[in-house]
Amino acid sequence: MSELKYHKASNASEAASMISGTEDGKFLAGGQTLLPTMKAKLAAPSDLVDVSGASDMIGISISGNTVSIGAMTTHADVAGNPELNAVCPSICALAGNIGDPAVRHRGTIGGSVANNDPAADYPAALLALGATITTNNRDISADDFFVGMFETALEDGEIITKVSFDAPEKGAYAKFPNPASRYAMVGVFAAKSSGGARVAVTGAGSDGVFRQSDMEAALDGSWSPDSVSDVSVSADNLLSDIHGDAAYRANLVKVMAARAVANA
Amino acid sequence: MTEISMVVNGKSVKADVADNTLLVDYIRESLRLTGTHVGCDTSQCGACVVHVDGKAVKSCTMLAASAQGSDVTTIEGLANGDLHPMQAAFKENHGLQCGFCTPGMIMSATDMVARYNASGKELTEEAIRDELEGNICRCTGYHNIVKAIADGASKMTNA
Amino acid sequence: MSEGIGASVRRKEDKRFITGKGKYTDDIRQENQAYAAFVRSPHAHAVVKSIDASEAEAMEGVVAVLNGHQLTEDGIGNIIAGWAITSKDGSGMNMGAWSALCTEKVRYVGDTIAIVIADTQEIARNAADAVMVDFDILPAEVNPEATLADGAPQIHDNAPNNQIYDWELGDEAATDAGLASAAHVTEMEIINNRLSPNPMEPRAAIAIFDEAEDHYTLYTTSQNPHVARLLLSAFYQVAPEHKLRVVAPDVGGGFGSKIYVYPEEIACLWASMKTNRSVKWTSTRSEAFLTDAHGRDHVTRAKMGFDANGKIVGFKVDTIANIGAYMSLFSSVTPTYLYATLLSGQYDMPAIHGNVRAVYTNTAPVDAYRGAGRPEATYLVERMMDTAALEMGVDPAELRRKNFIQSFPYQTQVIMNYDSGDFPGCMDKAQAAADVAGFAARKAESASRGKLRGIGYSSFIEACGIAPSAAVGSLGCGVGLWESAEVRVNPVGTIEILTGSHSHGQSHETTFAQLVNDRFGIPIDNVQIVHGDTDKVQFGMGTYGSRSGPVGMNAIVKALDKVEAKVKKIAAHVLEASEDDIVIEAGEVKIAGTDKKMAWHEVGLAAYTAHNLPEGMEPGLKEGAFFDPINFSFPSATLICEVEVDPDTGVTDILQFTTADDFGVIINPMVVEGQVHGGIAQGIGQAMLENVVYDDSGQLLTGSYMDYAMPRADDLPSFTIEHNNVPSPSNPLGLKGCGEAGAIGAPPAVINAICNAIGNNNLSMPATPSKVWAALQEVSTQQAAE
Repeated sequence: MSELKYHKASNASEAASMISGTEDGKFLAGGQTLLPTMKAKLAAPSDLVDVSGASDMIGISISGNTVSIGAMTTHADVAGNPELNAVCPSICALAGNIGDPAVRHRGTIGGSVANNDPAADYPAALLALGATITTNNRDISADDFFVGMFETALEDGEIITKVSFDAPEKGAYAKFPNPASRYAMVGVFAAKSSGGARVAVTGAGSDGVFRQSDMEAALDGSWSPDSVSDVSVSADNLLSDIHGDAAYRANLVKVMAARAVANA
Repeated sequence: MTEISMVVNGKSVKADVADNTLLVDYIRESLRLTGTHVGCDTSQCGACVVHVDGKAVKSCTMLAASAQGSDVTTIEGLANGDLHPMQAAFKENHGLQCGFCTPGMIMSATDMVARYNASGKELTEEAIRDELEGNICRCTGYHNIVKAIADGASKMTNA
Repeated sequence: MSEGIGASVRRKEDKRFITGKGKYTDDIRQENQAYAAFVRSPHAHAVVKSIDASEAEAMEGVVAVLNGHQLTEDGIGNIIAGWAITSKDGSGMNMGAWSALCTEKVRYVGDTIAIVIADTQEIARNAADAVMVDFDILPAEVNPEATLADGAPQIHDNAPNNQIYDWELGDEAATDAGLASAAHVTEMEIINNRLSPNPMEPRAAIAIFDEAEDHYTLYTTSQNPHVARLLLSAFYQVAPEHKLRVVAPDVGGGFGSKIYVYPEEIACLWASMKTNRSVKWTSTRSEAFLTDAHGRDHVTRAKMGFDANGKIVGFKVDTIANIGAYMSLFSSVTPTYLYATLLSGQYDMPAIHGNVRAVYTNTAPVDAYRGAGRPEATYLVERMMDTAALEMGVDPAELRRKNFIQSFPYQTQVIMNYDSGDFPGCMDKAQAAADVAGFAARKAESASRGKLRGIGYSSFIEACGIAPSAAVGSLGCGVGLWESAEVRVNPVGTIEILTGSHSHGQSHETTFAQLVNDRFGIPIDNVQIVHGDTDKVQFGMGTYGSRSGPVGMNAIVKALDKVEAKVKKIAAHVLEASEDDIVIEAGEVKIAGTDKKMAWHEVGLAAYTAHNLPEGMEPGLKEGAFFDPINFSFPSATLICEVEVDPDTGVTDILQFTTADDFGVIINPMVVEGQVHGGIAQGIGQAMLENVVYDDSGQLLTGSYMDYAMPRADDLPSFTIEHNNVPSPSNPLGLKGCGEAGAIGAPPAVINAICNAIGNNNLSMPATPSKVWAALQEVSTQQAAE
């Protein structure tokens, strides 16, 4: 890892001011992706602003149907939160399946969302749930937030403080793990809300997470696994690699979508 | 350089470390606690698992500076006496061969048992295998590791 | 509780490992330690035009940057292959030079160009990145078939068409005649996938040059420190043998990959002398994927003929073995004498012919990996058997039974003389334990849930404890393959066993001590096993090829025989009895049938005080032995795998995995079963998960655990292990060896089971979900067409 300057922020505004003076600083959340990336010399920030202990960015609050999760809340804490489980079990189940137990103790929802790894789980959830991503500057809808592979709407120095969404009537995430990395080779989050069905797919798209609008329309017609199984999924714009080609991923999108709907 | 202080295996330690120092390097190279191992560079093998504030983490994927003020337990500090029940279970069930992954396995095992006990969930064979996703062993085929953890779990619960 | 032969004694070595007190090479640090990092080739094939180290040398903390020209000037020798293979036209091997640091050309991604020595590991690695190498990039070839074609890039000048040898074994004319007479011929093309060994401890080395003494010490992750010392001195000329101590401390797994002396150890030892510093190098996992010798990588076309009764009448095999960019130590023998000699499997085959071409490609060197040649033979034979059964419409188990060798010794058509076995007995036990009779009902139950259940067999035999030395010498081996032991009885009666075997997970500290307990009744806590240090232990050959049991332990037994004889002489003298009447039981030396006796430690004391020894007897109680077996040992087994496939995703679950093994005599069942578990896991890994993939330009696509799928706990079931042991008549203990069995036997059982489940026999390893799903689509397309 290259040399760097470490800063520890105790809250979001301190973090934002700490990073503003740096040459090429990055926020360090749980570090479960950033640190391996730095070890591989694929990133070499001049400064790291550690926000994992930012007190105003940690915790889960639930008001009626509305869920708000602080950006530095760990996957383990999301997975194990009983109140959240009662309102929105699908997000807890998803968090409980990210990485492995040690990764879940450090990794955070904000870090995952900000990185927008094309095989990460949370982006599918936030997109399907129509979540709002709140930063130190503004609110961004998930539809606008996830721009492309590893790309988001975040500006330099902008930091996610929380994500919030309304728990859906029904929702579930089905993940097909890559046999080696265990990241999602295909992950599908299906959610049914008053506004209609939303289906988001991670792992498969060559542009990162995306919504499967044909499936959404089919589910608006009838919320059932068969509805999505009958949708034809094109392999165009899906990833092909040594673990599976686009045709296989297209099949998995259907299978995982049907399983998500069945489990919702 | 950043000055860090933490409690490791019950002892207060303090040091000036380069800001990019990983926790595992601080543990191995500065504290010379070499039971915590490094088996990969992509945070997957789990040979480096230690407990930070009571939770299993991969010490190769955390900066030493981020552990400022924390309570860290490594394999050397796990036993309160001769052997921790989980260590004894690994021996009794032949849950190790070359021994390289073993410290990380045992630290993950005690963490999983603590979590399952706290939540009241049953630690079945399937659950143990699932929980071991972040720990790779090349020698044992996991058969005896799974047996050892089940045995260690019952010993920890009855201890 | 018994601590003798047959007891599942808990391991003496465990305490240090479970408490974090093991001492692996990277745990050791010298005073004023310097660190090494390597400048490696980012290209698969290129001319090195120039190396500019000026920026790196100027960095603070950099001690030196050393290159291959300096290495050559210092007379450091090229890396050797230890077994000369003669082509069928009588010519020798077309072996290209392999220097520890390249001078003119690089031949695979990761090839070593220069070594950087610095005050810290971080500085060394950063400085290695700062060394500028100017390359002329050449076309590369990674495919073992394409590399033979005219016009393929020439990788070594002296290997035309990149062919190292074209070797054969068996009788081609008789095999052709057999196939011509056959009622049915099964033909297949089989690829044995390339694997990365992945011991969890990465390789490491600490080289210490003592200028005052002109002496070198090398701590290294080795399975055979004496062989390393011999190579580093006699062949590579880095240090004289008597001035070089090689220590292999706790070693975190090997699986073959730590047999070899790699460029890094040579360079570190040499650099230690050049810089007069202690030099430490620890591989990262990424470096390990690039440079640890890979395993397998065969392409084979084969024909197996059967008569109208289903009896094999001929087996013809044509294999291309990918050796990689350089010939590693055992790379020549692995695809020849460790492979084609096992083509008869468990079957009575009247005619066999195997042809093997070894080829260079622009990939990492390929060498022996757990099983080494025998998994390749087993996979081929056992896939052929299942395929033939399918084609002939007979039960695969029955086809095997029909062809099993029934009596021993049995001389195969490919050198091996099987000394013992009970193949039908293993099949019986495996079928009973796997409840094969209930399979149809279980398959129906799976079908009711929309799942596809399948069952697959593998009946394999392997050859362990490669021997005798004279025989392997006549076949081209450069060393003898015996093992040594020394038994030291101390004056107080405790015992040290010095063994040339090396434990890197095999439990020698326990099982070797059990031999002493079994013989003399001494508690194993009073027995210390000493290994892994050339300053302490007499020359030995190390641990690989499941040889620690059938060879290493028998050397200990030979030394114990000598100790026992001397003990009896001393006791007979002191107790005034006939030597023939002395018995040793439970730590006491007695006159049989009387109450006259000496305690074990009294005999030890008598030997060393030498106050009252028989006339002419030398004082002391220490005996050494070298054991050179009369034959290989031949473990065998039948394995049965039962799988369930999800047709929607192609995901395969192994529901049960059963094996009935013949390991001969077993010293410690707990340890043996542990070895089998690990071997099966590696075999399942090869069958379903693991695959080294290079792209066409020679870049490694599977360079980390992100892309190389290691078996994890949730990929595997628990295993059922049955024993059907027939003692080996070829060594005093009757051992056969167990270290590689699972890795050899498991892959065809898994693939046969998946093929059986999905109704498509066209499936290659690793059978990943995507491949299984694609194979299922082929079935539906065919069915639709019909």
